This record gives sequence, C-alpha cells and structure tokens, in this order.
Amino acid sequence: MTTTPTLAVWKFTSCDGCQLTLLDCEDELLALAGQIRIAHFTEASSAAEPGPYDVSLVEGSVTTPEELRRITEIREQSRILVAIGACATHGGIQALRNFADTAEFTSAVYASPEYIDTLATSTPISDHVPVDYELRGCPIDRRQLLDTLCAFLAGRAPDIPNTSVCTECKRRGTTCVTVAEGIPCLGPVTQAGCGALCPAYHRGCFGCFGPMAEPNIHALLPILRVNGMSVDDVDRVFATYAAAAPEFAEPRRDQP
Amino acid sequence: MTSRSRYLKVESLARVEGEGALRIVVDRGVVEAAELHIYEPPRFFEALLRGRAYTEPPDITSRICGICPVAYQVSACNALEQACGVELDPPLIDLRRLLYCGEWIASHCLHMFLLHIPDFLGYPDAVALARAEPGLVEQGLSMKKAGNTLLEVLGGRAIHPVNVKLGGFYSVPDPRDLAPVAERLRAGLDAAVRTARQIARFDFPDAELDCELLAADHPERYPIETGEIHTSSGMRFPAAEFTRHVVERQGRHSTALYATLDGRRYATGPLARYTLNFPQLSATARQVANEIGLGSACRNPFRSILVRLVEVVYAMEEALTLIAGYRRPLRPAVPVRSRARTGHGVSEAPRGLLYHRYDIGVDGLVSAAEIIPPTSQNQAAMEEDLRRVVAANLDLSDATLTALCERTIRNHDPCISCSAHFLTLDMVGR
Ligand code: SF4
Ligand code: SF4
Ligand code: SF4
Repeated sequence: MTTTPTLAVWKFTSCDGCQLTLLDCEDELLALAGQIRIAHFTEASSAAEPGPYDVSLVEGSVTTPEELRRITEIREQSRILVAIGACATHGGIQALRNFADTAEFTSAVYASPEYIDTLATSTPISDHVPVDYELRGCPIDRRQLLDTLCAFLAGRAPDIPNTSVCTECKRRGTTCVTVAEGIPCLGPVTQAGCGALCPAYHRGCFGCFGPMAEPNIHALLPILRVNGMSVDDVDRVFATYAAAAPEFAEPRRDQP
Repeated sequence: MTSRSRYLKVESLARVEGEGALRIVVDRGVVEAAELHIYEPPRFFEALLRGRAYTEPPDITSRICGICPVAYQVSACNALEQACGVELDPPLIDLRRLLYCGEWIASHCLHMFLLHIPDFLGYPDAVALARAEPGLVEQGLSMKKAGNTLLEVLGGRAIHPVNVKLGGFYSVPDPRDLAPVAERLRAGLDAAVRTARQIARFDFPDAELDCELLAADHPERYPIETGEIHTSSGMRFPAAEFTRHVVERQGRHSTALYATLDGRRYATGPLARYTLNFPQLSATARQVANEIGLGSACRNPFRSILVRLVEVVYAMEEALTLIAGYRRPLRPAVPVRSRARTGHGVSEAPRGLLYHRYDIGVDGLVSAAEIIPPTSQNQAAMEEDLRRVVAANLDLSDATLTALCERTIRNHDPCISCSAHFLTLDMVGR
C-alpha cells in the first residue's frame, strides 16, 4: 500500500494571499485533500503533524532573525520546497526597505521602535535555502498552483513558463493596450503565468509576476516614456511587487 | 478558586489569519493579564507609501491583507478621491459596492466554513469536518465561490483584484458577463438561508462584549463601501474626524497598535455593524435573523457566526439587486487630478471599519499615510473578552480552557496580518 503524500504550508512575512489561493480552490479543495494529506497549514487547521513533509509551500519573505532560523528547519523537513508568490520569490513589496533606512521606517510607523525586532532587509526564500520551484505573482495564480500540485502527484515536474506576459496576451487574443492605446505596459519584460490578466481589463501590466528570464528592459524603457511615463514613474513601477529582483532594480540606476 | 500553578502553551493559534500568541497570568483566581501578542513581522506600509504617486495606494495597500484586499482598495480610493475633490458617477458607486459585496461573501464564508465552524463541531479543520458533514462544507464552499466569482468577473482576480482604479475601474463589465454571476448568487442565497437554520442549532456559550460599538453609517444603505461613523453611545462624525476620537498607541507585546475611542475600549466589526444598523438590512436578511433568534442587536461574540451569515444573506441579495439594476456606465472611471490636500476615507471591511488618511503633496506624491485597520481597533476589546472568558472558566482543565481561549479570539476573526499578525497561548499561573 502506498501512503498518502503530505503537504505543509508555511507563512513568512506576507499578506496570506498566496496561501489563501489554496483555500480559494473551492471546487478542488476537498478532492485535493483526498489525494494529498494537509499535514501542516496553520491558517486552515489546528491539527499539525510533525515532518518530514513531501511538499512544502512557503509563502512570504524573510525579515526577522526567527524566520532565518525557521526556513532552514523547514528545508530540512521538506522533500520538495516550493516558494509561492512575489514575497517568497523576490522579497515582496516589503523589500522596498532594502533601498531605504529600515530604522527610519520603524520609527515612522512605531512610537517605540525599540520593541520591534526586524532585519534591515526583506529577502526571498532562495537567498537562504535551495528552492525546488518558484511560483510567481502577487498573488500566485490558482491554476498554476493546482497544476503544480497535480504535477507533483503525477510524479512530473510542474510546467512553469518563463516567457513574457505578451505571449499570453497573444494566446488570449487580447488587443495590445500599448500598441492600440498607448497605455504603458510591463508585459514584454514580465514573466507569464497570470494569463495576461491586466491587459484583458484594459490596464497595463505592472509586473506583479516579476522579471521573465533575461528581460530586455532597456528596449522597453523608451516605449514606456513615449507612452507618457516620466523617469520617476518608471522607477516606481519597477520598484513595487518585485522591487528586489535584480533585473527590475537595475534600470532604476541607469536611466538616461 | 485556590492558587494553582498553570502553564499552557499552544505553538501557534490556528485558523486565524496572520501570526499571534496569547499570554494569560492568573494569580490566586484573579486574571492579572490577558494579552493577545501579535508577532507578525512588521511590513512598514505607512512608511513605504511615502513618495509614491497619489494613484498608487489602492494597489499597494491591498497587499496588507490577502483576505480583504478590496477593503484596502476602497478605503484608499475614498480617502484619495476626497483629497482630490472627486465624486464617482452613481453607477460607479454601485459597481464599487457590488465588488465589495463579493469580498464580504468570500471573506465571511471563508471565516464561517473553513475557520470557525470546526470550533462548534469539534474538528480541527474543515477537511476533517467535510468527512463527517460533507454537505455543510460543500454548501459553504459553493457560497464562498459565488463571492469569488463576483470578485473575479469584476476585479480580474479574487485576491488583489487588478481592476480597481482611483475614480472607478479600468474597465466595466458587459451586463452579460454578470449573468452567470447572478446565477451563482441566487443558488448561494438559497444555500445561505438553508445553512442559517443548521448553524443556529450550534451550542453558543454565553458571553457579552462590554464596550462601545463603532460602525459606518449611511443614510440609505447598510454600511459597506463608505459612510460616516456612528457609535452605540450616540457619537456621530465624518471620516475626516476619525483620528480626533480614535487614538492608537503601541503596546510592548505586539506589533499591532491599540486604538481607543476618546480613551475608551470599543469594538468594530459584524456585531457592531449589525447592532447599529439592523433596520437597514433587507427584509430577507431581517427575516433570517429573526428565524435564527438573533434579534435586532447582538453582543455575544460566539454568535458572531450567525451575524456573519445574516450579512452574507444581505450581501448576496444586495449584489443581485445591483446586478439587476446594472447598465454599462458611460465611462469606467471619473478622471482624478491630484491636489495638495489631505484625504480621509473609511469603509466596512468584513472585520470592521478600516480608516485611511493620505497627505498629497504639490508633486502629486503621498507625503504621509495613516492606516487604522479593524484588528488594532478591536485588540483591546478582544483582550477584555479573553480576560472575562478566562475569569469565568478557571475551573476548566488546561486543555479545555486553552481551546476556549482560542475560540474566543477566533470569534473576532482577527486579521492579524493587518499589522501586518497568529496565536500561541502562554498561560502562567501564580
Ligand atoms: S506575494 Fe503578494 S499576495 Fe502573495 S503573500 Fe506576498 S503580498 Fe500577499
Ligand atoms: S498589452 Fe502588454 S502584455 Fe499584452 S501584448 Fe501588449 S505589451 Fe504585451
Ligand atoms: S498582467 Fe502583469 S501585473 Fe497584471 S496580473 Fe499579470 S503579471 Fe501581474
């Protein structure tokens, strides 16, 4: 008899949105729970089994000394570790502190900053332990999450694209908002996976899936400017949900 | 009660969103401390909003909370639109309310069926519960899905919708796109009414919140997407005066801040909304409330699950009404030009009133931001509730009392990642 594989879900510094994506699989949740035993998932269950676990989904970035310790432990307990979401893959929006003075941030928000124990940086999981797969997005895409879990159950590698959002726009048949209407869009340099959501809603992509592999950001910058973005606007749009991704942090330094 | 040394510890309180812990000190039968520690790492949103364009806070602040992103988007829009002196076209106001109904349904159903019901039936989670009562959980999930479908159609996705924009939306749906949503909502409404009778049979311990209640107030509608503020002691003030009455201070044991109302403890959330605005509920919602024995006011936190259910009935019906009256607006958004002003905005997140303030500079950038989430407003009331429950149940065994403490906190559905925060129980008996 084969034993049911186990799944663990872990939270680091985050908004809970990516782990919530699992609970948002209303049609699949109970069927999934029959195939894979949810052994640890604090947001959803008071029961917690000790490791090791077959798959760990890790949400959130590392921002405290305690999290530094915990991620090593989780890695040791997990056969496959999947970082889920922009926080876990790129440090998330809270990584904006990496470019600022965290002590000043603390005193701007807290009257008694001395009670707050936090690191000066917000870093992705892969900065600290080897990660098997990364699901991008702020938040992750539900279909991608399900596909990844199914792939694991079927014993194959998950199918995670590394092309740009533009390719998904084409496949979806969405009229390009940049070409047709001059709406600035980061789609050409952003990793696919969301199904080209924003252009379908008449909005330019703002890069929440982070940089695609080898993005040609310099080719995009003049187009963004033609479409009305100032140097500061461009700086800001790259410095949002994947602010600490090196590819996105780079162009901020060498704007003309 | 004689003095007894007790030490209880729960590694992390489950089924609440975010990270927190409990510390309780009992000395000779007297509860000396009942503290909710919120140890979720801080994320510094108020600091990182400085220097962002006035158009950005709705998207950025939604990342504070994955369960109620629309609340953040809408409170931020309200504040920034007020600063810029812009009012939405009436159909856009309705569309924003419709989107918010989706969040109420999805978030309340998540809390009721996946986090809260297991407490009443003695299961660790909904998956275990589903083995015993598949119908109940499946019904809950289908109701939740009605909310999520609405969020997806109108917002693009259920978590951090992409379609919300200052002044309205990036694009507005074709009425035909809303037809399948209406179908799900109708089925959801029937399911909600059926479930109400089932849930009403649960065993609800006695408890009563002893504090003032605070909620938004709207002359025509049950408060959701905006309003002034009113309280159970009869105070009434606009969002712009919020921080004249509500003051946050930092506690040593928690990264969430504590708020008081003119120096007093108070609560916001479903119990407050319901008790202060019962007459504005729809006839169906009031009828369900009567049928399940709620009355026109409810201060028992254990019965908050019933109040949430009535609010779900309301939100589903309201969404259906809004969809039935929907015509595609002439423009998806009102243009919003920045002004160097300060704006204040509130809306009713599923967990309670959420206040935002922004100072916009002449350069169109945010120079200061202040966000007061429901959890920090409720923290003092939650701790007082915890203190009372412990004091009234000192004769229970450690394990039973620990479970009761967790339930007590879970009743409030604290959104701990607001401070961006979950629970360990440390019980020290002296
Ligand atoms: S990536 Fe985005 S949605 Fe996911 S946890 Fe981080 S902030 Fe939340
Ligand atoms: S809309 Fe954006 S993502 Fe789509 S094709 Fe155009 S540039 Fe690419
Ligand atoms: S289009 Fe871009 S910003 Fe929009 S969801 Fe996809 S990756 Fe994120």
